[in-house]
Parts: sequence; C-alpha cells; structure tokens
Amino acid sequence: MKLNKVLKGLLIALPVLTMAACSSTSSTGQSAADTSQTTQPVETVQVETVEQVVSPAEQMRQKLDALRQENTIYFDFDKATVRPEFVETLQAHGAFLTANPSVRVTVEGHSDERGTPEYNIALGERRAQAVVQYLQNLGVSAGQISTVSYGEEKPVDMSRSEAGFAKNRRAVLVY
Amino acid sequence: MYKFIRNAVLVTVMMLSAQAKASLEIVITEGIDSARPIAILPFTFKGATLPNQRLDEIIAADLMRSGKFSPLASIKMPQRPQSAAQIDYAAWSREGVEAIVIGQITEVGIDRYTVSFELIDVLKGGNAADRQSLNAGRLTGSTEHILDSRETTINGSQFRQYAHRISDIVYEKLTGERGAFLTKIAYVLVNRQAEFPFQLVVADYDGANEQVLLRSKEPLMSPNWSPDGTKLAYVTFEKRQSQIYIQDIYTGRRTMLSSTPGINGAPVWSPDGKRMAMVLSKDGNTEIYTMDIATKALTRVTNHRAIDTEPSWSPDGKELLFSSERGGNPQLYSVNLLTGTTRRLTFEGEMNLAGSYTPDGSSVVMVNRTRGQYHIAKMDRQTRFLQVLTKTNLDESPSVAPNGSMIIYSTLHGSAQVLALVSMDGRFKARLPAVEGQVKSPAWSPFL
Repeated sequence: MKLNKVLKGLLIALPVLTMAACSSTSSTGQSAADTSQTTQPVETVQVETVEQVVSPAEQMRQKLDALRQENTIYFDFDKATVRPEFVETLQAHGAFLTANPSVRVTVEGHSDERGTPEYNIALGERRAQAVVQYLQNLGVSAGQISTVSYGEEKPVDMSRSEAGFAKNRRAVLVY
Repeated sequence: MYKFIRNAVLVTVMMLSAQAKASLEIVITEGIDSARPIAILPFTFKGATLPNQRLDEIIAADLMRSGKFSPLASIKMPQRPQSAAQIDYAAWSREGVEAIVIGQITEVGIDRYTVSFELIDVLKGGNAADRQSLNAGRLTGSTEHILDSRETTINGSQFRQYAHRISDIVYEKLTGERGAFLTKIAYVLVNRQAEFPFQLVVADYDGANEQVLLRSKEPLMSPNWSPDGTKLAYVTFEKRQSQIYIQDIYTGRRTMLSSTPGINGAPVWSPDGKRMAMVLSKDGNTEIYTMDIATKALTRVTNHRAIDTEPSWSPDGKELLFSSERGGNPQLYSVNLLTGTTRRLTFEGEMNLAGSYTPDGSSVVMVNRTRGQYHIAKMDRQTRFLQVLTKTNLDESPSVAPNGSMIIYSTLHGSAQVLALVSMDGRFKARLPAVEGQVKSPAWSPFL
C-alpha cells in the first residue's frame, strides 16, 4: 500500500521531471527561435552587404521582388479607405517609385462578390484610386501609375465566407 | 438493316453531342401548382426515320417554364387520340385540362418533315360535341373550338426551333401576350481551370444550342443585345484594361467602342439602336455617358462625386435609370435626358441596384438588399409598391424577357454561380445549373 503510494508519487513526479526537462530544452529552442527572429533584420543587413557587389539593375530587381511580396492592400466592406496597417507597405512602394521614376506600376482594384458586378467595378476603381492618391501624396508622379478595376471578376478566395470576402476586397500593385 | 443501324448510331452520336454541349439544364424549383392545366399530346409520326427531337416535350417544357401553364404528365392522359375527331372532351375536362395540342409529323422526303398541329379548347370542344349529338349525328361543321391550326414543312435540324414556334402560338392564343420562346440569352461562362477561363456564350433561352462567341484569358462582362438582336456589346479586359466592344453575332466582326483610362463599363443600347449608354471614369469619378455609336460623340449624363452606374433606358428612350450612392447608399434614380431632371425612385431596403424597366414601362426590376440579403425585386412605378421576387442567394444581373413575363438572373447555388428564372409575379422559379464552371451576367435578347 505504501509502496503503491510511493510508486504513485513517482508516477506523478517522473512526468513532471521529464516535463521540466522538456521545458528546459524547449525554452532553449524558444530562445533560439527568438534569436532567429531578432536576427531577421540582421539577415536583411547581410542582404544589403551582398547588394553592394551587385549591379544597380540587380539591386532594383531585388527591391522589386521584395515589394512584390507585399503588394496587397485590403479594405473594409463597401469602403475604399486605406487602413493604417498598410501605410508602411505603401510607403515602401512610394519610396521605390520616387527613387525610380522610370518604373511604372498598375494598381488593380478588386471587390468581394456581394452586390452587383457594375457597382463592384466602381468600388474597385475607387479602391485603386485611393492607393493612387496615397502614392501621389508620397511624391510618386501620376505618369508612373495606371489603374484597372476588375470588380468582383477576379476573386483570390472562392469560399464566399466572410474571411474569403475580406481577402477579395483588395488593391494590388503590379509592376 | 444496315440503314437502321447507321441511323441508330447517328442519333446516338447526335444525342451525345447535344448532351456534351448543353451546359445549362432547367430544374423547376417552385410554382407549378398555380398554373393552368394544358395537355401536349405526343405527335403521331408517319415515316421511316424517327426525328431525334420530341416536339411535345419541348413545347411542354416551354409552357411550364413560362409559369403560366402546367402541362399534364403523359401518364395522366386519359386517352391518346390520333386526331381532333377522336378527342373525348369529357375525359380531358375531368382532368381539369383547358386546352389540348394535338399534331402529326409526316416524313415527306430525305430529312424533310411536314408538321401540323391543332390547338383545341376543351370546354368549347365539349359544347361542340354536345351540339353534334343533338343534331342526330349530322356534323355541324363548327370549328369554334379549334383555336389555331398550322402546317409547315421543315428539315430535321429545325425541330427544336419549330417546337418553340408552336409554343409561341399556343402561349399567345391562350394568354393574349406574345410568347418569348424563340429568343436567346447571352451570358458569361467562367471556368478557371480552362486555358481561356472566360467565355461569352449565346444560347436559346432554354440553354440549348450553346455557342461560344469569344474566349478570353481575362474577364468578360456585361453583355447587352442590340435592339435588332444581331450584335452584342460587352466589356473585355483582354488588354489589361476595361474596353467596350461591339461584336456581330453572325459575322464575328468586332468593333472597339470605348477604351478610355479607368472604367469602360455597363454598355446598354438605346431602344432605337443609335446610342449606347455607358459608364466611364475618365473624368475622375464613375459617371454615366451616352455615345452616338456612328460618330462616337459622348454626352455626359451624370456629374456627381458619388458612384453613378448601371444605366438602363426607359422604353421610350427619353430617360435613363441608374444606380447612385449620392444619397449615402446605392439607390435607383431616373434622369430625363432632355431636361437633366433627376429623381430618386427607391427608398426601401439598404440598397437597390441594377434597375431596368419592364418592356411596358410599368415596373422597375432591380437587385434589392434587405438585411444583408441580395434578392431580385420589382417595383410598380405608380404605386411604388416593392415586391421581392426571389429567395435565392447573392442574386444579381436581372434581365427581363422581351414580353415581360420572366426575369433571368445570376445567383449562388451551393458554391456555384448559376442562372435562374423567376416569373414576373414571383410565383414560378427555376434554376439553370451549369454542368461546369460559373455562369453570370445573363442578358435576354429582344424578339428575334
């Protein structure tokens, strides 16, 4: 009986011990992850050092690739206002376009599938215009930007769920 | 024997190809009970090669789809008379049948058939039969009960078309309104897996005889028929911008009508065919213009920073109906093209969009949004009474049949965008599911 209790105690203690062991390893893992996260800007810095040896054309191509990764601005239902969270993205595009006046960009406006196709074309155009206005305020020349509204014709998410609709209400900067 | 086998193979091949082609089939969803009972008897056939189309089935389907008639199922038919003289009127009357279509097909040559039919009023036919018996077997010669009778010679490929013609005659005789069974619909078929995902398609109003007019890798939108039914205007994104084109459906000739910066959208032919209403954003905002098609001269109709779109002509060509969010949310307005006087028409619901007049001008058909639901609705112009006609999901793009009897529209069924029909009184509803892909932007042709 007593032995049983001891065994029971061990049974509880053992996993706790192993858990402690686990948590200690996982905490090292986490700290490793933390360092990798904090080193991400360091990685970018490494990219910068590589850039010094590549040609300016290659530099521009790399910047464009980076911008293409973050080229979508999402909007609220029936709205065409740029949300604060996308200011940084637009500033990056704006800085690139002002620095490279020969580069042209097309801003595509899209809507979700609710409402009529014609109204959604107008809404998509308005979203594209909102992005154009923002870029122009950052000093990008009007001649560098064109717009096209696809309305509800080119959804990226066909689920017709709220989450899907949210992904479809967007403006995309296409270089 | 050889000939028989060959014919059998031919028929099968034709049926297979017909099946493969028909991407629309009709499923009746609501409203047959309230319709008038009618009987379309199987046409008797004299000849060697049986035609591969059943006239009676096509006619029955037409009349049922109109929402006004309920054709009697063939198993419920009390008798199979070969001619009008053999009709037992009392028996048909007991089934509640108002009218009977009875006909013959005679093979008169290679691929030539003579088709004749009679449309018979059961009540009047019963009376005539009573009078005949009172006259002690002597024929009175009364033909009052025969509402119509015709005979024509066609070839094998014209059966479907002639069946629709018979439907038109029957419909007009019994309702006093012109039938719209020989009309067509244009629509956009989207199949994202295909090499050309966007297709502009024209088919008979019932989805048969589908023909692709244009295949594109970029979206196609807003097909609209010329009043003479020979051309379509539509929007294409093939140059990575919106452009309005006109395409002759018989010659395939394409003409670019508008390609301004920004939106080139929603082309709608004026009733006289000389002007095109359209939406452009070249001057900054989304505005409505009319273009003289011959000279391409533009006249600006709206001037407001709010969205103005979806123009639609009044039947007399003097007014445009349009959607505008100038009042806060999108509602329907009308503008007199001569005076510029603009009036708001709709006040009910969160939004009203895509308005168009019925052919008689008495009502406006639209997309109504109430409590987040988009449905097709109809508003009487005099009383302003708004009636929601559909219960389907995300309804859009309503287009009214040229006789004003039905509305075709696009809706969401499951995860697929399909076409659906609703009768103008909202009682009859049907769905036209596509075999593959999404179907949108239906446009009903004028009388052809």
